[in-house]
Amino acid sequence: MTRYAVEVRGVHKSFGNLEVLRGIDLLIRRGEVTVILGPSGSGKSTLLRTLNHLEKVDRGLIQVGGQPVGYRLKGSKLHELREREILQQRTRVGFVFQNFNLFPHLTVLDNVIEAPISAQGRDRKEVEAQARALLDRVGVSDKIDAYPRQLSGGQQQRVAIARALALRPAVMLFDEPTSALDPELVGEVLEVIKQLAGEGTTLVIVTHEIGFAREVADTVVFMDAGLIVEQGPPGDVLDNPQHERTKAFLSKVLQ
Amino acid sequence: MTTIRTAHAPPGVPAIDARADLHIDPEDLTVVKSRHPWRWVAAATMLVLVAMFVNGLVTNPGWDWPTFAQYFTAPAVLKALLLTIQLTVYGSVLGFALGIVLAVCRLSKNPVLQTVSWTYIWAFRSIPLIVQLLFWFNIAYLYQTLSLGIPFGPSFFEFNVNGVISGMTAAVLGLALHQAAYSAEIIRAGIISVDSGQLEAAAALGIPRRRQFFRIILPQAMRAILPNAANEVISLFKGTSIVSTMAIAELFYQVQVVYGRNGRVVPLLMVATVWYILLTTVLTIGQYYVERHYAKGAQRALPLTPWQQIQRKMTTINAARQESSFGGVR
Repeated sequence: MTRYAVEVRGVHKSFGNLEVLRGIDLLIRRGEVTVILGPSGSGKSTLLRTLNHLEKVDRGLIQVGGQPVGYRLKGSKLHELREREILQQRTRVGFVFQNFNLFPHLTVLDNVIEAPISAQGRDRKEVEAQARALLDRVGVSDKIDAYPRQLSGGQQQRVAIARALALRPAVMLFDEPTSALDPELVGEVLEVIKQLAGEGTTLVIVTHEIGFAREVADTVVFMDAGLIVEQGPPGDVLDNPQHERTKAFLSKVLQ
Repeated sequence: MTTIRTAHAPPGVPAIDARADLHIDPEDLTVVKSRHPWRWVAAATMLVLVAMFVNGLVTNPGWDWPTFAQYFTAPAVLKALLLTIQLTVYGSVLGFALGIVLAVCRLSKNPVLQTVSWTYIWAFRSIPLIVQLLFWFNIAYLYQTLSLGIPFGPSFFEFNVNGVISGMTAAVLGLALHQAAYSAEIIRAGIISVDSGQLEAAAALGIPRRRQFFRIILPQAMRAILPNAANEVISLFKGTSIVSTMAIAELFYQVQVVYGRNGRVVPLLMVATVWYILLTTVLTIGQYYVERHYAKGAQRALPLTPWQQIQRKMTTINAARQESSFGGVR
């Protein structure tokens, strides 16, 4: 096994004529917290989505836990996996969306236990017990039988985090998890993520919360126009940026 | 210009008393409801018209209610009603089952399935139902035998078409195939109305494909599908009367037979009409509760049932009455 949880090598991706990823190389160590920053349109969300094959890459190789994502590597050829195998792979990667995407017709508990039962074939009793523990951990144990629309945005996002964790993923991906929240609800979601960071889960977080990045990140990655411009410990990238574009971005955001 | 100062003005700056120029305490003000005399006039006119209509139903001997009563529950009529219900159930169930398949095909990434589904819907929406029914009824002119076997190769079983496709089968087949084309579009509309983030979340969680559809997408699509689907079932229920042209003894055919014999056209048409109304009412009530079931989670609280609404209304009226009787004392 490699010591990297996520390996991205030479990744290119275009939407029509627009090349949104123009050769990305990124290695993420096990148990590390990586925060990806960058102006909108820089390709950071697309990069995150390629990590669990929600977007197919045009060129390059992505590996999670040492296994190519979406493909089987044979010699110099990548053989497309079948949909069922891709779905199986995704259960090892938790994904938290900007808009939560909870299932509105299912209760909080049913949202959390759905995938472990149907995708991993685990025992319902065991999954329910785990779900209750997770919901307790993210602080919504009193809303177990509520429907998502009866919850605040912050509570919904915390349920979504519990739902992703229920699969016991090796890596958790967060796509701007607080961007759709009212300012006073941002803190409670960041608190939960911080807690995960402290427990040694491998996290990759796309966010605009610079203060949060400084606090939890082991590595900050700055992207612009489909390329990684700069990466390193938050102390280096945020306080002493080397690149002009990083400086320009930070000066705008930190005003 | 006046300067507006808030109550939280800094110390030393006097706050403005917002009630200084008001003679009464604003919290003591009461609301006098506005009167709507024209509403009363309109309501009275309507009630007179309704009364005239009901009076006509009762007093006009042309309605011939005794004959109506005699045939309303006659065994022949009930048997025909049962057949009408059967045609509706088979037509709806088979129609919607095929409709789901067609809708999924149209939304699939496979261009052949897409095209076949599109063509089916195009064809069956283009052909009038009655023409299609007559085709099925006369299918034996085109194909004398049906055989089961290898395409373009040898066959294992052979059926005589006339033996397999009776009038009833032709009717069910025609209704179901016609219904499928419309159902497919209704189901497709429902599916594409579900937020694409739902499918993405289901895929990100690794939920198996079939489960994604039946557990995540379809229950949410049902909210958009149901009102239209209920429309279709109701319209099919009445539409079954079209198979009377093929001499199938459903409700409408049966009353025609009776009034052909005894000449009492109006009361017998009323027999059919009242049955159609009664069963449509049952379907409508059913629709309400099924829709309510699928509304779970869509609103913060489930809508009240009509009965609960009446109870709540009564409570508010009683409360208002008590308040007004106390009003004099106050």
